[in-house]
Amino acid sequence: MKILITIHKDEVAPRFDLTSEILITETEGEKITGEPRIILLPGTSGEDICGLAIKENISLVICGGIEDTHYQYLKWKKIKVVDGVIGPYQQALNSSVTNHLKPGVILPGAGISGEQSR
Amino acid sequence: MAKKKKRASFQANAPLLSQLDVISLLDSMTLGVIFMDPARRVIAINRFLEALTGYNREEVVGVHGENVIRSNLLSKGDPVGKALESDETITLEGDIINQSRKKNPIRFTITPLKLTTGKKAGVMILLEDISLLKDLDNKIHGFTGQERIIGNSRKMHEIFELLPITARTDASVLITGETGTGKDLVAEAIHKASKRSRYPFIKINCGALPESLLESELFGHIRGAFTGADKDKPGMFRLAHGGTLFLTEIGDLSLPLQVKILTVLDDKEFFPVGGSKKVNVDVRIITATNRDLGELVKLGEFREDLYYRLNVLRLHLPPLREREDDFRLLLDHFFLEFKTNLHKKLKGFSADCLKVLSFYTYPGNVRELRNIVEYAVNVCPNETIRPEHLPKTLLTMPQASTPSALDREVTSKAGNEKSMSDNPAKTTSSAILSPGGWGQVEKNMILKALTKTGGNRSRAAELLGWSRSKLWRKIKHHALE
Repeated sequence: MKILITIHKDEVAPRFDLTSEILITETEGEKITGEPRIILLPGTSGEDICGLAIKENISLVICGGIEDTHYQYLKWKKIKVVDGVIGPYQQALNSSVTNHLKPGVILPGAGISGEQSR
Repeated sequence: MAKKKKRASFQANAPLLSQLDVISLLDSMTLGVIFMDPARRVIAINRFLEALTGYNREEVVGVHGENVIRSNLLSKGDPVGKALESDETITLEGDIINQSRKKNPIRFTITPLKLTTGKKAGVMILLEDISLLKDLDNKIHGFTGQERIIGNSRKMHEIFELLPITARTDASVLITGETGTGKDLVAEAIHKASKRSRYPFIKINCGALPESLLESELFGHIRGAFTGADKDKPGMFRLAHGGTLFLTEIGDLSLPLQVKILTVLDDKEFFPVGGSKKVNVDVRIITATNRDLGELVKLGEFREDLYYRLNVLRLHLPPLREREDDFRLLLDHFFLEFKTNLHKKLKGFSADCLKVLSFYTYPGNVRELRNIVEYAVNVCPNETIRPEHLPKTLLTMPQASTPSALDREVTSKAGNEKSMSDNPAKTTSSAILSPGGWGQVEKNMILKALTKTGGNRSRAAELLGWSRSKLWRKIKHHALE
C-alpha cells in the first residue's frame, strides 16, 4: 500500500490545501518498506496534491483539515482518506500500518514539540 | 472628586474581576475565542469555537492552536507570531476548515496577552464567522443568495421558490434526493437565509457512526458515563443551540435514537448520556436522506411519528438526468471554475467529448459531473478537452439513451470547437438500444402529459413547462407522432 502524508515539520500539516511538504511511503502488511520520500511542493494547492496522489498511485492519504471537495474527489478516485489527524506524522504512519489510525484523532505526541506552527 | 471616588470603588472591586469565570462569560459570546500560550498551545477555547471547529474544548488543551482552528493565517505572514513579538492587536480576514470539511471565511482579531506583571502570556484570537457578510457582498455585486446552487430547469426553479419560504419558518425540513444532488447545499442555504444564520450550522451524518457513538455525538455525555468517557462532552444539539442541526442520512438512524430525536423535537430538552440533568436547547432540525422514508415506515424501520414530525416541509431535489436544461449550465460552470483555479488556458470541450458527457447517465449526479470536469481539466494538456481526457470509467459506465444537452445547438466558445445539432435518427436508435436514462424519462414525461391532456399539445406543453415548438420538436425527436 502506498501512503501519502501531508506534513509540516515533524507533524501532520494542519491544512491539506496549504501543505508544501508531503511524505510518500510504501507498506507491506504492517511493515514500512523502503525509504520514505519527502517531496517539497513548488506551491500550495489542494488540487496539485490530489493530482500527485493519483499520479503516484496512492491508496491512503493522511492529512489534517481538508475541504469536502478534495475529500470527495479522492474518495471518488478510490483513495482512502484519514483526515483531521493531529500529531507527529511518524506516529500517524505507525498507527496507520497497524490499522489503528482514525479520522479526527489527536495523537498522544500532539503539542509537545513546542512552536510547531512557526 | 466624584470621578476619583468612582475609580477608587473600581479598584476595590479588582479582586472580584480576577475571580470572574472568564470562560463562562466567553461562552455567551457569538464569536469564537481561543487562548494560546507563547508556544501557541491551546489554553482554552469557548463554546462558539467548539461549534465553529467541531472540537471539544477538553480534548484540545495543550494541542497546537493551528491544528485546532486550521486557518490560513500562516500563509498571511504569520500574524500570530507578530502579535506574540509585539504589543499590537492585529485584525485580518482569512478562512478555517472545520471537522465537517467546510471552509468558512473568518475575521481574525489577534491580541497579545500580558500578565499584570507585564510578562507575555500568549495570544487571544477572536474568530468572527463572516460568511453572511461575504454572502451580502456577493448579493450587492449581483449574485443571489443561491449562487452556489446552480440551476435553470423548471424543477430547480420550484426549489428556489420554496427556499425563502422554508427559511422563514422554524418548522422541520426533510430534504430528499439521490446522492450528489446537493442536499447539503440546500440545507445550508436554508440556514443562511433564516433568522438563525448568526448561530452555528452543524452537520452530522447519521450513517457514519455506530449507534452508541452517534448518541454521544448528538446528545453529549457526562464524564464516567461509559468506558473511555473521561470528560464531559456537550454534544451537537447543545453546540447548535440557537442555530440549525442538519442530520444527513436520517434513514440510517437506529430506532432507539429515533425515539430520542422525537423527544427533543417535542420537548426541546434531553438528557445527555449518563446525565441526570435535563438540557434545554433551541435548535432547528433539517434532515436529509437518499432513501424512501415512507417505504422505511412501511417496513417498520422508521418510526411513523418521527417521519411526520420531520416531514413538515419537504424538498425533493431532482437527479441530474431530470434537470435537462441544467446540464450544459453546470458543465460550463465547473469548467470555468477549475480552469480559473488551475490557471489553465483551456478553450472548451471537443464535440466528441461533449457527446460522451451528454450520453452519460450520472448516477452520482452533480457531484459526479463536477468531479469529471475537475479530472478532465487537470488531465488535459492541450487547449481542448477530448474524450481521452475523461476518466476511463466514464466510457465503461451506463450511457443515457439520449443526450441531456444535445437537444439544442452546442455553441462553441472557441474557434476550434465544433458545433453540434440534433440528430434524431441517431438518438432515437440509441434510445432503443440502451433503455433507461434521460431519453426514456423524457419520452415517458411527454407521453404522460399527452395522456393527461387527452392529446392536447398546447396543454401538454404548458404542463411540461415547455414552449409548444419545443414539445413538437421533442415529439418528432422521440418519433411519437
